[in-house]
Amino acid sequence: MSQPIAGQPLIDQPLIEMRGIAKSFGAVRALHGVDLRLDRGEVLGLVGDNAAGKSTLMKILAGAYSPDDGEIRIDGVPVKFDGPISARDSGIEMIYQDFALVPQLTVAQNIFLGRELMTRRFGLPVLDRRSMADRSRDLFSALGLRVPSVDSPVHALSGGQQQAVAIARATGFAAKLVIMDEPTANLGAPAIAKVRETISRLKRSGVAVIVISHRLEDIFAVGDHFMVMKHGRLIASRAVDDTHADEIVEMIVSGRDRRVS
Amino acid sequence: MTQSSSLLRRGSRMGMPDGRRLALLAVRYGMLAALLMWIVAMSILSEHFLTIYNFLNVARQAAPIIIIAVGMTLVMATGGIDLSVGSLVALVSVSSAALLSAGLPIYAVLAIVILIGAAAGAVNGSFVCLGLPPFVVTLSALVYLRGIAFVASNGYAVPVSDPVYLEIGRGSLAGIHLPIVIAAVVAVAGWYVLNRTRFGLHSLAVGGREEAARVMGLRITRIKIAVYTLTGALAGLGGVVATARLANGSPNAGMMMELDVIAAVVLGGTSLFGGVATVGGTVIGALFLNFVRNGLNLQGVNPFWVQVVSGFILLLAVLLNTVANRRIEEWARTRPAAEEDEA
Ligand SMILES: Nc1ncnc2c1ncn2[C@@H]1O[C@H](COP(=O)(O)OP(=O)(O)OP(=O)(O)O)[C@@H](O)[C@H]1O
Ligand SMILES: [Mg+2]
Repeated sequence: MSQPIAGQPLIDQPLIEMRGIAKSFGAVRALHGVDLRLDRGEVLGLVGDNAAGKSTLMKILAGAYSPDDGEIRIDGVPVKFDGPISARDSGIEMIYQDFALVPQLTVAQNIFLGRELMTRRFGLPVLDRRSMADRSRDLFSALGLRVPSVDSPVHALSGGQQQAVAIARATGFAAKLVIMDEPTANLGAPAIAKVRETISRLKRSGVAVIVISHRLEDIFAVGDHFMVMKHGRLIASRAVDDTHADEIVEMIVSGRDRRVS
Repeated sequence: MTQSSSLLRRGSRMGMPDGRRLALLAVRYGMLAALLMWIVAMSILSEHFLTIYNFLNVARQAAPIIIIAVGMTLVMATGGIDLSVGSLVALVSVSSAALLSAGLPIYAVLAIVILIGAAAGAVNGSFVCLGLPPFVVTLSALVYLRGIAFVASNGYAVPVSDPVYLEIGRGSLAGIHLPIVIAAVVAVAGWYVLNRTRFGLHSLAVGGREEAARVMGLRITRIKIAVYTLTGALAGLGGVVATARLANGSPNAGMMMELDVIAAVVLGGTSLFGGVATVGGTVIGALFLNFVRNGLNLQGVNPFWVQVVSGFILLLAVLLNTVANRRIEEWARTRPAAEEDEA
């Protein structure tokens, strides 16, 4: 495991630093010691072939899996997540590929799932449903997103509306980092524009974003950096304006960085 | 009903046409309407039906079912099922009789038998959390718990005579039978837990989509073990009420009771697939079953036929629960394309 570099000032630490992250599922080694660095307000595009380990790396960062080895630092401070709640408490939110919504629960219930607001009635703790509904409504209007009603069950919403709920949930709680797994897969052009707009808005407000996407044009449109993964390893990093789609595609396919020979 | 009016308002906010709103109401309150219609019909057909005496009698019969079905509602909210509750009633029944005749103080006996129920439920929950199907885990428990009840009692029923214990089944409070009072308290507590606490909401989330609940950090293992433990404890309580009514600790107690309990929950509108559950519906479902039996009995219908009818009611309830209601809901909630605003 890497040690902190001696003499490095504590200020100016990157927002997120992952070092030597390794993870196996039984005999499958999904990650072989991956490093990642990310600054505030930076948008990172994480790309790679199927089964490269992108989702696994991000689920570790979001606290959904625990790494077998390696270290995660936030603002230079080592953290250990014992689950998604502690990652969310540290300001890391994830929008999952399938949105991770419970279809039978309402919009407001999904937004506050796992961090419900409570109040007291007759001395008993009860869910503060009114506050959660009000805050959900505020959240949607602040984000410029629209859903029919925060009291309707999520299964009654269209795909785009469900994504809006997932976005509102991930961005409504003072996140420092929002991770999006394939946010534009299966979406029509207007919804894709909305996702790009959301990413730009997060960036402007100093929130870092990691986008996993097979659509390189999304990352060229709103991203700062590419990270290319293959077979559980980091292959290359590139600034968006220092590369072009052909080079990224070539690295995704070959799994080699031609610039380091 | 305040809930129905809020549903109407919500429906109109979503721009639903009247017919669709009515369909949603029918899905939601169909069982209540069926219960009321049955009561009206039976009141016309029999002079003995519409009496306070008869109603209290039916409610008392339904009480142990309601007590246990409240727990079952939470189990089914998580997408599970517990087939072992009837056998647990038998185990609690013979344990009560044995512990009382061994001379243990009554309150110790009550605590112990309810703990026996909770422990059996915790065992069920633990196996379910290992990834075994709840149906199979609790089917095994149905068999081995009744086996234990027979072993422990040697197959004999033992009379129970402790006056405090019997009071639980036969006493009354302000003219209302104690079993009814206990069932009402359990139902209100169950409603609170399911609808107003994190635990209830998280149970629904686990049953609705377990993977989403997991990545949102809900403690799935704890929730599942808790709902089975709670149901076990309530089966213990229901077993005490049933035993006290009969004044008899019998290894045959609670035979097929799991089916009545599950029927009540399903009739009430709790989804067999998890994620949707209602304690109020469960109470209505239990009352409906018992009122149907009571009405048929008063009509002098052959009890064997009553059982046949009960079976068909359950089949109808499952049909509504699984296929029909979902279709109707889907139809009622599909808004015209023009109203759909993309996010
Ligand atoms: N929960 C799991 N159990 C077992 N193996 C897993 C699990 N999650 C991921 N893997 C394996 O780990 C490897 C990396 O998977 P991962 O989902 O991280 O890839 P990915 O880069 O996100 O791929 P995709 O682009 O297809 O989403 C794959 O071989 C996958 O089969
Ligand atoms: Mg993936």
